[in-house]
Amino acid sequence: MVERFKKGLSSMSASVLAIVAGLFAGFIILLISNPANALKGLQTILIGGWNNGIKGVGQVLYFATPIILTGLSVGFAFKTGMFNIGAAGQLMVGGFVSVYVGVTWTFLPGAWHWIVALFMGALGGMVWGMLVGLFKALLNVHEVITSIMLNYIALYAINYLVKNSHLFDALKNQTVNVAANAVLPKAGLDQIFYVLKGRYHDASSVNSGIFIAIGLAVIVYIILNKTTFGFELKACGFNKHASRYAGINENRAIITSMAIAGALSGVAGATMYLAPPSGMHIHVAEILAAEGFNGIAVALLGMSNPIGIIFSGLFIAHITVGGSYLQSLKYMKEIIEIIIGMIIYFSAFSLLVRDVLARIAKRRKKAEGATSKNEEEC
Amino acid sequence: MDAIYFLFQQMMFFSIPLLIVALGGMYSERSGVVNIALEGIMVSGAFTSIFFISGVQNHMSGQGLLLIAILIAMVTGALFSLLHAYAAITLRSDQTISGTALNMIAPAAAIYMARMLQPNGVQQIQFNNTFRIPKVPVLGDIPVLGPLLFQNAYITTYIGLLIFAVSAFTLYRTRFSLRLRACGEHPQAADSVGVNVYKIRYAGVLISGALAGLGGLVYVIPTSTNFNATVSGYGFLALAVLIFGQWKPWRILMAAFFFGLMKTIASAYSGIPFLLNLGIPSDIYKMVPFIATLIALAFTSKRSQAPRASGVPYDKGQR
Repeated sequence: MVERFKKGLSSMSASVLAIVAGLFAGFIILLISNPANALKGLQTILIGGWNNGIKGVGQVLYFATPIILTGLSVGFAFKTGMFNIGAAGQLMVGGFVSVYVGVTWTFLPGAWHWIVALFMGALGGMVWGMLVGLFKALLNVHEVITSIMLNYIALYAINYLVKNSHLFDALKNQTVNVAANAVLPKAGLDQIFYVLKGRYHDASSVNSGIFIAIGLAVIVYIILNKTTFGFELKACGFNKHASRYAGINENRAIITSMAIAGALSGVAGATMYLAPPSGMHIHVAEILAAEGFNGIAVALLGMSNPIGIIFSGLFIAHITVGGSYLQSLKYMKEIIEIIIGMIIYFSAFSLLVRDVLARIAKRRKKAEGATSKNEEEC
Repeated sequence: MDAIYFLFQQMMFFSIPLLIVALGGMYSERSGVVNIALEGIMVSGAFTSIFFISGVQNHMSGQGLLLIAILIAMVTGALFSLLHAYAAITLRSDQTISGTALNMIAPAAAIYMARMLQPNGVQQIQFNNTFRIPKVPVLGDIPVLGPLLFQNAYITTYIGLLIFAVSAFTLYRTRFSLRLRACGEHPQAADSVGVNVYKIRYAGVLISGALAGLGGLVYVIPTSTNFNATVSGYGFLALAVLIFGQWKPWRILMAAFFFGLMKTIASAYSGIPFLLNLGIPSDIYKMVPFIATLIALAFTSKRSQAPRASGVPYDKGQR
């Protein structure tokens, strides 16, 4: 247990180091582009959601919801040795299915509507993810390629389906509002995260999606660390030849792992689009959902650990919201993406950092051993 | 007949950047480094070169300017890929991670710098396209071949084909290429006979960076008059072409043309009466290239011949 805790701490320290290095690089960019405001800019980024009081914090939770889920999706696939670059497509399919259910299946009573819509969204993402697994396991097509192709197929298929159905609001070039019952409940969060503007109760968009995301993270953690099934998946990720020798069905592991990863991304899409009229809608545009790719960053920064992913998702949402306040200081909000990219880049060095730390520890141990030996001889 | 000429010319605009970037990816993967950062490197190369064109176009124009821009794109791509090489080779870090990082940094940095550096503060960089060659003298008059290859063309098309010819000819014939392939298949063996694996891998990644940077410029020039910090996923498509092409130059050429043709049909079907009369909506046509690639891969991937050590960091101390 202590050993495990120590290991977790050392990988966390690598992430923190990467974050510090990335922020430092961002600070240098701020300094170059406008030296006068640089310190204030960095401060704005670090304060994040708090720039707008408690409502801003709610916004952080709101933006964190989908990227925690796609982060879990990418991280889960990583554990089985698969690189799920297709979270964007799975998210869009899940989002589309849940919007379809949310608009159409009005016969569902009360809360059942959003629950079923969410579930169907997960199912949609699951199918899209499973396709990747099937192609990999049965036909030996590299998952990165299948994912990329399926991303674009999902994009154009959904554009077509939205435009040619009753879901289309031609005026706004997006989907119509989902039924009131299909909107994710606020679960009282709007009573916590708001600011008062005169008498107007200006609440944040955060909803119960954040609880769903955190709950799923815990479930994924349990699957991976406490079940035989999770162990099998991880074994395939470590060494597929050894796991095959141990009697694990490698193909089944690949397919189920991608199916679960897809379902997680599908839920991400559902939480985004099962929103009130003022919230997000599926736009007809030829752009892949950015949340899918941000999931890669979240998973990498969280070291594919479900609990780590919660925190890395919150952190990335935090500085993203902070970045949206940079405009007043004459900085572009893209600086945040540069910083996140830098953090990911530096986190790639974690292996080296760990090696160096281990070497130092070893040397110290050796030195201690040597001195104690000397003392004995004396 | 004119329709066929038009389609072929269009196909070149889509195929050549894919060809160049996929060949770049080939050099990197053959040396043993997975380069998922092709997309980001394309953006970086396109950004600096288009920015340069936009800055000096009032004083220069035509092929001379394009040639300088090509050089700038290649140098930028190579320098940017150096980040990936350093992480992947020297620091032996996970290659997908640093590649993903580069893919994130490039478009964000391109927008950031465009908005900072341009006086009007917009992220699009406008440029005048003065590079189209209506007809190459003499060669353009050859029947059939003239209209296919030497009319309505860009100098970049010939550069792309030249890069292909050089790669196809040298990959199995020169000392460098042999070492490159050895490092991708079995770096320990290469090292044991005195090949510096690190140096060869750096070379592989730098070549891929230069070609991907060039590919970014080649993609933007014929298809647009402004650069909006994106190459629309072409770097990822090039990765698909590379795998579809089984890491071999000739097959990559075929794959790039196949994909380019599908893409051309998707974008120009309204100009072809036969396809227009089918009444299939445009979104379906846009899906065609991706579905076709997926199906083609499903049939050809069973015996995949990826370089064996591709994606595995080389550690000299671990033999």
